[in-house]
Amino acid sequence: MMLQAWYDIVEFLLPFEWAEHNFMKNALLAVLLVTPLFGLLGTMVVSNKMAFFSDSIGHGAFTGIAIGALLGGLKPLVGAVLFSVVFAVVITIIKNKSRTSTDTIIGVFSSTAVALGLILLSSGGFNRYSSYLVGDILSVRPNEIILLMVSFAAVVTLWVLIFNKVLLVSINPSLAASRGVNTLLVDILFTVSIAVVVTITIQWVGLLIINSLIVLPAAASRNVTANMRRYHFVSVAISMFAGISGLIASYYLNTPTGATIVLIAAIIFFVLFLVRRKFSH
Amino acid sequence: MQSNRYHAKCEGDCCSLCCTRIENLGVTKGHNVILENVNIHIHCGELTAIIGPNGGGKSTLLKALLGEVPYTGKFRFLNSKGDRSIEPVIGYVPQHLDFDAGIPASVSDLFVACLSKKPAWLVRPGSVRKRALEGLRKVNAEHLLDRRLGALSGGELQRVLLALALHPVPNLLLLDEPVSGMDQGGLELFYSTVAELRHNYDLSIILVSHDFDQVYRHADRVVLLNRTVIASGTPQQVFSDEKTLKCFGITGFFMGGGVPGGKEGGEG
Repeated sequence: MMLQAWYDIVEFLLPFEWAEHNFMKNALLAVLLVTPLFGLLGTMVVSNKMAFFSDSIGHGAFTGIAIGALLGGLKPLVGAVLFSVVFAVVITIIKNKSRTSTDTIIGVFSSTAVALGLILLSSGGFNRYSSYLVGDILSVRPNEIILLMVSFAAVVTLWVLIFNKVLLVSINPSLAASRGVNTLLVDILFTVSIAVVVTITIQWVGLLIINSLIVLPAAASRNVTANMRRYHFVSVAISMFAGISGLIASYYLNTPTGATIVLIAAIIFFVLFLVRRKFSH
Repeated sequence: MQSNRYHAKCEGDCCSLCCTRIENLGVTKGHNVILENVNIHIHCGELTAIIGPNGGGKSTLLKALLGEVPYTGKFRFLNSKGDRSIEPVIGYVPQHLDFDAGIPASVSDLFVACLSKKPAWLVRPGSVRKRALEGLRKVNAEHLLDRRLGALSGGELQRVLLALALHPVPNLLLLDEPVSGMDQGGLELFYSTVAELRHNYDLSIILVSHDFDQVYRHADRVVLLNRTVIASGTPQQVFSDEKTLKCFGITGFFMGGGVPGGKEGGEG
């Protein structure tokens, strides 16, 4: 099996106590696949001032999981992804067509989704699903890692294909339109990719902190960068560093992994925030 | 003003030049009629300035031409024989960029995003850099290539956007109030660049402006827009037209001889 090769590599390269367990090896691979995606997507989430939006996507995913669980049959994840994609598309379209403040629209949808999710889950026994609130990356199973690999490939490909357009729309929608960019379509593709990544990873990261993982690395990176290549590179590097060191630290300190990762990312943010003047151009 | 005489002679058809025709254009938002029955005819190589009071629909007209706002009526770009409409390449310089000033995007990133299929976060193609430098040189801005967008002054940003709008060379160049936030030196440079461009490239330029002084000196034609075309013609004609004076509520303001001065502030 593919994972056996990964286990061998880890045992060869990382002869440490924490790396002896298979669940840690799985978690490490998951972190290596997920954190670059957060680092990439986070750059434009931050630049488009969409932190609140990506937060509400998490809430939509939560409702989706509840609906998926109730429908049964299919795995909750399929229902969850479908629901949060629809959720993201609807918010994006309304945001583009309506004159109401974006914050208000997102707030309305977000709170509705959470309320609905809580009610649906409580009818099926809430405790079973409370893991979605906090998340547990150590629970990643081998077949789920395959899913993460597919998502990784899909999101990176999409980001190669549509990034220039996302950047143009972010700088000025009219300018983008004058250069033949379908601004609504680009907006939808971008939000859908956030929705898919958030929904898939929420069971390991948790609703409460998933948004921090998207926002923090990019927010930290923009303190010290002045062009898009460095912005992305530093953001991905911070995200991966926080992910790996958080995973290892949580093993020895016996702390929740997701929260440890976020805390490390936050410390990096504050350090870079303090030194940012040296890098301003 | 030889060009004025030439165009005046063949008003109404294209007389073997390419031209832009806006016919019966109307824009309605909800129950509000923003524009109605707008007819404008622009020859290539002409700089047409659109002036008008705030809320008169100047910016909406540009948005309609860009296809951002649905409109009724016709917008056609005819080739030099005047018998076939083609899809024009439109260059656009927005009024201002409402972007996040802290965004780590350089001028070079903006050019890559517009001119290349390769993602700006991954690569910095040398060919695009070369084209960007050439374009920036035309507007005296080559030193800005690696500066962050948010760190540019208003005038610098407008010149960068002008350079960008010329790649690829457009048939029709739309400039939306490009003078906001510019110092006098930058303003002069911008207008002389624009005036030079229209002769070198045979561009049709539509300029939405509040700066009557510059319009008077550089525009070939002026259109006074307030929901519809109130007056149009050469700058001399429009600025001495009673309807223009009435529209801005300043009787005799433009009559003082020579170049009218003054700026109208605010948003379009």
